[in-house]
Amino acid sequence: MNFQIATLLGQDGLTNGAIYALLALSILLVFTVTRILLIPLGEFVTFGALTMAAIQMGKAPVLEWLLLLLTTIDCSLDIYQQARTRIDKTKLQKTALKLGYALLMVGLMHYLNLAETPMFFQAVLTLCLIVPLGPIMYRLFFQPLADAPALVLLIVSIATHVAMVGVGLLLFGPEGARTQPFSDSGFRLGNVMLKSQTLWIILVSIVLIVSLFIAFERTLYGKALRATAVNRMGARLQGISPVFAGKATFALAAFLGAASGILIAPITTLYYDSGFIISLKGFVGAIIGGLISYPIAAIGAVAVGMIEAFSMFWASNYKEIIVFTLIIPFLIWRSMNSQHVEDEE
Amino acid sequence: MNQSSNIDLLKVSDLKVAYGKVNALTGIDLTLKEGQLVTVIGPNGAGKTTLLSAIMGVLPSSGIIRFDDKEFTSPEVETLVGHGLGLVPEKRELFTSMSVQDNLLLGAFLRYRKGDKTYDKTLAEIYSLFPRLWERRQQQAGTLSGGERQMLAIGRAMMSKPKLLMLDEPSLGLAPLITREIFRIFSDLRRQGVSILLVEQNARAALRVADYAYVLEGGQVAMQGPAAELANDPKVIETYLGLANKHQELLSS
Amino acid sequence: MKHRYLIAIGLVFLTLAPLVLPTYQVTLLNYIGLYALVVLGLILLTGVGGMTSFGQAAFVGLGAYTTAYLTTTEQLPAWLSWTAGSPWLALLVGITLTAAVALFLGALTLRLSGHYLPLGTIAWGISLYYLFGTMSSMGGHTGISGLPSLSFFGLLLDKGEKIFYLIWVILLLAIWITSNLLNSREGRAIRALKGGQLMAESMGVNTFRSKMVIFLISALFAAISGWLYAHTQRFVNPTPFGLHMGIDYLFMALIGGVGSVWGALVGAGVLTMLKQWLQDWLPLIMGSNGQYETIVFGLLIVFMMQRSPGGLWPLLVKLVPMRWRIQQHILINENVDNLSRRPLPEKGELLLEAHDVTRRFGGLVANNKMNLSLHAGEVLALIGPNGAGKSTMFNQLSAVDTPSDGEVIFMGTSLQGKSSRQVANMGMSRTFQHVKLLPTMTVLENVALGAHMRGSKGVMSAALHREREEEQRLLKEAKYQLERVGLGDHLYAEAGSLALGQQRILEIARALCADPCVLLLDEPAAGLRFKEKQALAQLLTKLKEEGLAILLVEHDMDFVMNLVDRIVVMEFGEKIAEGKPEEIQTNPAVLEAYLGGEE
Repeated sequence: MNFQIATLLGQDGLTNGAIYALLALSILLVFTVTRILLIPLGEFVTFGALTMAAIQMGKAPVLEWLLLLLTTIDCSLDIYQQARTRIDKTKLQKTALKLGYALLMVGLMHYLNLAETPMFFQAVLTLCLIVPLGPIMYRLFFQPLADAPALVLLIVSIATHVAMVGVGLLLFGPEGARTQPFSDSGFRLGNVMLKSQTLWIILVSIVLIVSLFIAFERTLYGKALRATAVNRMGARLQGISPVFAGKATFALAAFLGAASGILIAPITTLYYDSGFIISLKGFVGAIIGGLISYPIAAIGAVAVGMIEAFSMFWASNYKEIIVFTLIIPFLIWRSMNSQHVEDEE
Repeated sequence: MNQSSNIDLLKVSDLKVAYGKVNALTGIDLTLKEGQLVTVIGPNGAGKTTLLSAIMGVLPSSGIIRFDDKEFTSPEVETLVGHGLGLVPEKRELFTSMSVQDNLLLGAFLRYRKGDKTYDKTLAEIYSLFPRLWERRQQQAGTLSGGERQMLAIGRAMMSKPKLLMLDEPSLGLAPLITREIFRIFSDLRRQGVSILLVEQNARAALRVADYAYVLEGGQVAMQGPAAELANDPKVIETYLGLANKHQELLSS
Repeated sequence: MKHRYLIAIGLVFLTLAPLVLPTYQVTLLNYIGLYALVVLGLILLTGVGGMTSFGQAAFVGLGAYTTAYLTTTEQLPAWLSWTAGSPWLALLVGITLTAAVALFLGALTLRLSGHYLPLGTIAWGISLYYLFGTMSSMGGHTGISGLPSLSFFGLLLDKGEKIFYLIWVILLLAIWITSNLLNSREGRAIRALKGGQLMAESMGVNTFRSKMVIFLISALFAAISGWLYAHTQRFVNPTPFGLHMGIDYLFMALIGGVGSVWGALVGAGVLTMLKQWLQDWLPLIMGSNGQYETIVFGLLIVFMMQRSPGGLWPLLVKLVPMRWRIQQHILINENVDNLSRRPLPEKGELLLEAHDVTRRFGGLVANNKMNLSLHAGEVLALIGPNGAGKSTMFNQLSAVDTPSDGEVIFMGTSLQGKSSRQVANMGMSRTFQHVKLLPTMTVLENVALGAHMRGSKGVMSAALHREREEEQRLLKEAKYQLERVGLGDHLYAEAGSLALGQQRILEIARALCADPCVLLLDEPAAGLRFKEKQALAQLLTKLKEEGLAILLVEHDMDFVMNLVDRIVVMEFGEKIAEGKPEEIQTNPAVLEAYLGGEE
């Protein structure tokens, strides 16, 4: 290995690491606020990448129909509940608004010549399609189980992942896809070649992480989510409902997942089922952070990216084995240090 | 001493709570008029905390809870908070890893969400009521002492400007001096017209500040009456210490 | 006894199935049997033991790959040449290897708490899967083909209809072994893992060992299933041993119902049939080929978890008329010998002592320089207002917690560094403030758990039911203690159905089953009616006269004052008074602590 190879591997490691860091943060956020380990996060990544690819190829993506279908189910449940208690005008308006949004998205996807639109607009459109899936997923799958034991939540999370992989196959087909890079050309720094997409990924990741940090430190809504994570009952007593917190965090996770997908789509070919392994690496980072610490999780995730890139060089066949075996010592270390409270049911 | 109006702010009828197959509350009736300070006292395990939790919706219950002219049956916590009910729970439930100021601000979350931006004024009022919290506003809530935590919990509940403030054992684990301080604040609040439902084990202190009192025993209301009358009733002490007669002789001596 | 007929009908069906059903259906049944064997282990692990594993498929792979390698490799390394291509010897190697791997992985991961355990199983599940695919001697991703068929005493099992019998006999044996194990002393310890570990340790159960036992059993079931699979298919590749299959196994267990061994059969059956059916129909509906059945499975699991988290088996049981269900109680043979008892110490002998015990939690001092002593044949009460630190003190005395300063001495030995299990073995037994029992087990079984330390027969004899004599002695003791505390009419009721007061009494019977010399009771009278309190007081007095030392934390002053010999009063973590009941009642500091200060 010479310096040049090392910098290339380092770049790869850093780009992957930045993505894993975004995912690790989403996982942590969802876990601390809702106690759910969000396994289907990986599907938001693939949905993001594949939707973007479909838009660029001028194919009408089919995700908007999924959004419409799920929104319809969600709204029917809303109305059913309303009918059982009493009709609340503002709530009905909200329901109508949700349905209107889904219909608008369907309209946009079909009347715009998507492949011709600027890439930034394509990315925004992709996000607009995917982000609402987060809260809907929470509403349909997890909200009825708010008081269930943590392991039931994990199982439902896995089941949701399994179902979404199937949906991914149905919507996007078995072929993989790549998108155009955000900008062409690379940079030369000394005698090191920097890929422009690498810089994009690192830049956008940093911007996202910093804005998240500001949102959670400075705004009352961000503080409310933190409060739910710190003390669920305490938060409920201030009127911060777990449903609100759950939907908000799922929306954020869907956003971060889809954004990650859009970011890596130009450099990796993604398939409908690629999301799982990607999100698991985010999990490795989150576990290194003990499912508590955001900074350690982010650093851990970057380390995972690095280890992956370098083991690619030395023992490419054993790449996954190395990454996933590595987490066991961390699991043990974290488990030893965590306050052991018996999982009473 | 009676400045309360005659409007029922809270009226609980036939409230029942069961833990699994075990009944914790068997049909409680309780009324609190606007501006009143009502206390619920009774020995350990009488169901006092269960009562507050059920009224707040923390525990599922049966029976009717009528609050501020609306009827609820086993309501959701958030619903009642939205209607102006505040609870300072026995465990305080503070956001320990967040600052004192953030804890207080979060108390006004619903006001903020509804677009009411006047909570800064309430914050100033609370700081003037509890100067200690002002001194420690940047500190993490988890680093506070027991008495300061209790002040923070009360302050946080008041940030939502509740119509009724319910407090669960505010004197629990506090040294006598601090207990006295906390109870002085209840008298102040009551004078300002805040309605309070106070659950206490420390019967003497509670009866001194309250207008009306209920004595709970074994999940039922064993006695009720104006606080001043109950304060001198030897039967109250009996429910507490379950002592033979010689004890009351001692008390009266 | 009607359920016997159901079993008989099932057996007849299984015997005839290969003779009358088409090959395709028999193949399906073979798969159901193979899956059910893995799922059975998972039910033991997840449903009974409360540990979720996504890694079972990897153990299946271990069993399958071991036999594939040993029976197809021409030139085996010298140290393995003795297997000589025999599938049966390969099974032996596979079992040994799986046991070794399971012991290693178990030692690493079974101590993980909460979410970490399932995540750990995902980690090693994935790692083993990739390992199968990367090792070139294992054929890489293409796999190994040309495995020999099994032969059984000269009978070649080369067709689905023939190996069918082997698969199902092994499965039924596994179900029999598992049920036997669960209905035994070891089984009670295993069933306590889910939600009762703290309690079980206090009863002298080594919970880590129990976890390891079921982890090992479930791994072995999986490996045997893998071995059978390899010789049924006569071909292996990594695909069926990946994480997605580990998830499928868990789904089968959850759909069938993790509460019963029969859930394995139902889950494996329903999911396998459903998969076949969906794979036939979904492509027609969707218009293209693909594994769309995963959508249905995923949604099905979500729906199950929301609506019927217990799975299908309990729903099926409800369909069976009451009189057809198993209603037979555990039989107790009164003629077996009593368990031997430990000699009780002399009356008045000092048994338990606290020396300047201080316990700090961060800045909070929960106990400050507490001193107390407890003698044989004495009842001592620890009282004080809420939050005085009584429970913390109780935990120091029973070695659940360790003092920051000072020490607790029990029978002349310091409890420093001792686990609650060791202390239980030394003769201290306790009850809990928040009742800790296993609500779905019978009262009798709950109490028999208390006698865990007084039996010695292990897992093997339990699995084969070779320990019935000792089991009878344990149950007899449990029944005796239950009658003694006045719960003799409730032996076979579910413990969770008792009133709270009775549950507390049950805990006393359980503690007595351990044959202790010191009994620690945390609020034993709470929730009891007047008559019950009197009965309890009588029982405690009798135990005291037998020479037991009893320490109780209690709020009911009537009860305390009339029963105990001495009282220690706590407030703010410190002892404020100590003495006889009448001295305490007239102590002004105590009055102030309870009622608040007079001004």
